[in-house]
Amino acid sequence: MGQHVLFEIGLEEMPARFIDQAESQLLDKTKKWLDEQRISYSGVTSFSTPRRLAVRIENIADRQEDINEEAKGPAMKIAKDDAGNWTKAAIGFTRGQGKTVDDIYTKEIKGVSYIFVKKQIIGKETMELLPSFKDVILSLQFGKNMRWGEEKLRFIRPIRWLVALYGERTIPFEIAHVKTGNTTYGHRFLGEKITLVQPQDYEKMLNEQYVIVEPKKREQLIIDGIHALENNQGFHVSIDDSLLREVRNLVEYPTVFVGSFEKEFLEVPSEVLITSMKEHQRYFPVFDDRDRKLLPHFIGVRNGDSNHLETVIRGNEKVLRARLSDAKFFFDTDQKQDIAFYQRKLANVVFQEKLGTIQDKVDRVVKITELICEKIACDEKTTKQAIRAAEICKFDLVTNMVNEFTDLQGIMGEKYARIFGEEEAVCKAVGEQYLPDHAEGELPQSLIGSILSVADKLDTIAGSIYAGLRPTGSQDPYGLRRQALGILRILENTKWHVAVEDLFQMAGELFASSAIEGLDAADFEKELHDFIQKRANYLLKEAGISSDVIQAVTGNGIGEFPYAMQKAVILSEKRNDEAFKLTQEALSRVLNLAEKGQVGTVDEGRLETESEKILYDTFQQLKKEFVEANDSNDAMAVLRVLEQLALPIHSFFDNNMVMAKDEKLKQNRLTLLANMSQMIHSFADFSAIAWKQQN
Amino acid sequence: MNVQEMILTLQTYWSKQNCMLVQAYDVEKGAGTMSPMTLLRSLGPEPWRVAYVEPSRRPADGRYGENPNRLYQHHQFQVIIKPSPDNIQDLYLGSLKKLGIDPLAHDIRFVEDNWENPTLGAAGLGWEVWLDGMEITQFTYFQQIGGLEANPVTVELTYGIERLASYIQDKENVFDLQWSDDFTLRDIFYQPEYEHSKYTFEESDETMLFELFGMYEKEAKRTMHKGLIFPAYDYVLKCSHTFNLLDAKGLISVTERTGYISRIRNLARTIAKQYVAEREKLGFPILQKKEEA
Repeated sequence: MGQHVLFEIGLEEMPARFIDQAESQLLDKTKKWLDEQRISYSGVTSFSTPRRLAVRIENIADRQEDINEEAKGPAMKIAKDDAGNWTKAAIGFTRGQGKTVDDIYTKEIKGVSYIFVKKQIIGKETMELLPSFKDVILSLQFGKNMRWGEEKLRFIRPIRWLVALYGERTIPFEIAHVKTGNTTYGHRFLGEKITLVQPQDYEKMLNEQYVIVEPKKREQLIIDGIHALENNQGFHVSIDDSLLREVRNLVEYPTVFVGSFEKEFLEVPSEVLITSMKEHQRYFPVFDDRDRKLLPHFIGVRNGDSNHLETVIRGNEKVLRARLSDAKFFFDTDQKQDIAFYQRKLANVVFQEKLGTIQDKVDRVVKITELICEKIACDEKTTKQAIRAAEICKFDLVTNMVNEFTDLQGIMGEKYARIFGEEEAVCKAVGEQYLPDHAEGELPQSLIGSILSVADKLDTIAGSIYAGLRPTGSQDPYGLRRQALGILRILENTKWHVAVEDLFQMAGELFASSAIEGLDAADFEKELHDFIQKRANYLLKEAGISSDVIQAVTGNGIGEFPYAMQKAVILSEKRNDEAFKLTQEALSRVLNLAEKGQVGTVDEGRLETESEKILYDTFQQLKKEFVEANDSNDAMAVLRVLEQLALPIHSFFDNNMVMAKDEKLKQNRLTLLANMSQMIHSFADFSAIAWKQQN
Repeated sequence: MNVQEMILTLQTYWSKQNCMLVQAYDVEKGAGTMSPMTLLRSLGPEPWRVAYVEPSRRPADGRYGENPNRLYQHHQFQVIIKPSPDNIQDLYLGSLKKLGIDPLAHDIRFVEDNWENPTLGAAGLGWEVWLDGMEITQFTYFQQIGGLEANPVTVELTYGIERLASYIQDKENVFDLQWSDDFTLRDIFYQPEYEHSKYTFEESDETMLFELFGMYEKEAKRTMHKGLIFPAYDYVLKCSHTFNLLDAKGLISVTERTGYISRIRNLARTIAKQYVAEREKLGFPILQKKEEA
């Protein structure tokens, strides 16, 4: 059993959002360092609180592992002269390795004999290596670094103490004028200074001084505390995971408490109250156990014990009351105006410097909405409602409430629209316009909401690309990629018969024909096309489609997205399907030669052989069936048609010479193949697929 | 503890920590940070330790004296120390104890809050200090001032006097706070709050304000070119306050807003550079004094 090692970095309070990542980084880098140093150990444990990052190495070996290797020298015939004496080459080699000719031994490699010496590097004492752990600490990377005092170092927050223990010995080093030692500190107010005797006492001794160094344990204490209150008071607390993780990293010793606010605040929409509690105060909102209605209570977590908890609760209630009074004031004041009042203000708010004001954006969204309604053949009532929803979709941005709670855009729009007497379908659409708000986010449920959401996103994407604001690398400040995925997901959900390209072209034309300055027509079209194609391919890839099949399906354009997805899924199956091999090979034979010919009319009089005639007749018969299947987005039916062509194709190739000497005969056959190829391509580019069927 | 006792307590405490007690600066400003005692003095290598009360004007926060928490003018207690001492958090918590806030009876937290003032090209990292969930102090390590890197780093503590007092005196409405035992904030500040709000939102002469902004900006540039840093800075402060008045009345659109802010920032940046250059020319006298001592 070796000794244990403990490192602790004592810091002024770190930002809660960086702590988990910092701890896991310290853990990984410690393991990596141990491996690089060839020091064996039985385990590594990491710890963190707002004021410390720590790692313990258990049962560390007291020496680095030795290195045993052999060094290969020159071939024997060079190493010894004719008289059998070692040559200069051999002597030089051994000297270079710190050895003498007495250490030489020989080994054969591929029939040639070479000289070797054994090399051994004796491992150093662990204690001698441990001070260089300093580099691990200095290599930690945080989202945001700072400097303090007169130090040059940039770190997450000022370092105030360092613990570095090897068994009972201190490992000496210094960072930013802080020397290592065996002293750490308990809870800022409840705890005292601690002298650590040995690494294994770490958790216990800190626990005695009101610091729980295991984040998971603090989290569990918070959960238990909340459950106890739930049982006691008969309410339900929704424990938001990211809030829980943040709260556990804001405290070293959690004590859960419940506070209350005045019932009158429940008149304010619950979204507002919840945002205020969660975002501003880090409280967990409380709901009725039965109908999940918001209750006038909140759960907070104190960094400390339960002494004087009443004072803490009263203080927190006072703060929340002030916040909710503000919210209520905004809610009441906002309702004193009407939608038109807010709409007038939109002309003064910039959407994007090059793309004009929010009002300009709204005007475009209205147009796009109209065009979508036309394309998907909405009835008159739906079209009217969709246009109204588009007209008022942004008015809430200039209300007091959204000004204060920006996350509530759309949500407040829906609430206020309802208060101001708009039709229900219109209100709902306003509320759904920002959906989906993340990759797996909920989609708009209503038709008008879907139309509005697509229109709004089309405008942002087409406009931004037109203005040269295409996302680059990891930079996507306007969230264009997310919005494009949103559009595709909505299209998949609604199954509108509209090609993705048509939608984007429609939005693109609005900009190309506007007074706004932007890319020239050719660049714009290309960039827009590349952008959406990449997004569609990304989504297909996410669905598990391999890149060759993606190329086959979208290489010639995406078309209707749900159909592209359907084709991709079916072709992925066929790609490995034994039964499809015959068809696939037949189609390949056609596609390979078709390039040499040109689409045109086949001269029936020149069809010479029986097999040639059969192929032509079958193709003529199936063409209509194919188009019908393809137009009704039925990929299975399309493949069934193609399967019927397989035998005639094989028979044609087996019995005819396409590249016949008679030029006219040759051209006629090539035309037939080109016509078939054109039809096949209108479904997918089969030549892009890397077929995987067994022989 | 009434407000003036709080101020006296903080002044006594920080003067014992070797901070000079200086007085509020006599040009309107939105925050204590904008006083040259903070903004200019935190530039360059010279040490600096100062504490003062700064009445801060935020026209957009005016509420005609109707809102229990928002004020056209509130008071900040500002502590500035360069370089930031290693025990600054403890020193700060010591000041709260002097105000009668026992950390064992409360929940005091340092919650991440990174401060930025784009108008002054200033940015810092630190926390808002929470007392039972209420933000009572902004605690910042300056990283950049006037577009220049802060080196050594200055620490700034900004106590919100009314916030703290409403907690200490347990009042829901700031106007009910006792300034002294005989006078409340209402006695002193209600009328000016109402009148300044009315002026800001209804009565201010926009044509004059736009003209003033232009004049102040011009004068700031002119004096700056003559190497008169402090007078030029005063005019930058006047620009900033005039801008705030215009902005509060909704006279500046979002597009124009960025334009105005960058005009003020450019002035502040140039002045910051000039200040450091000028101090260097003088041989950084305060640094020399410290080294001699």
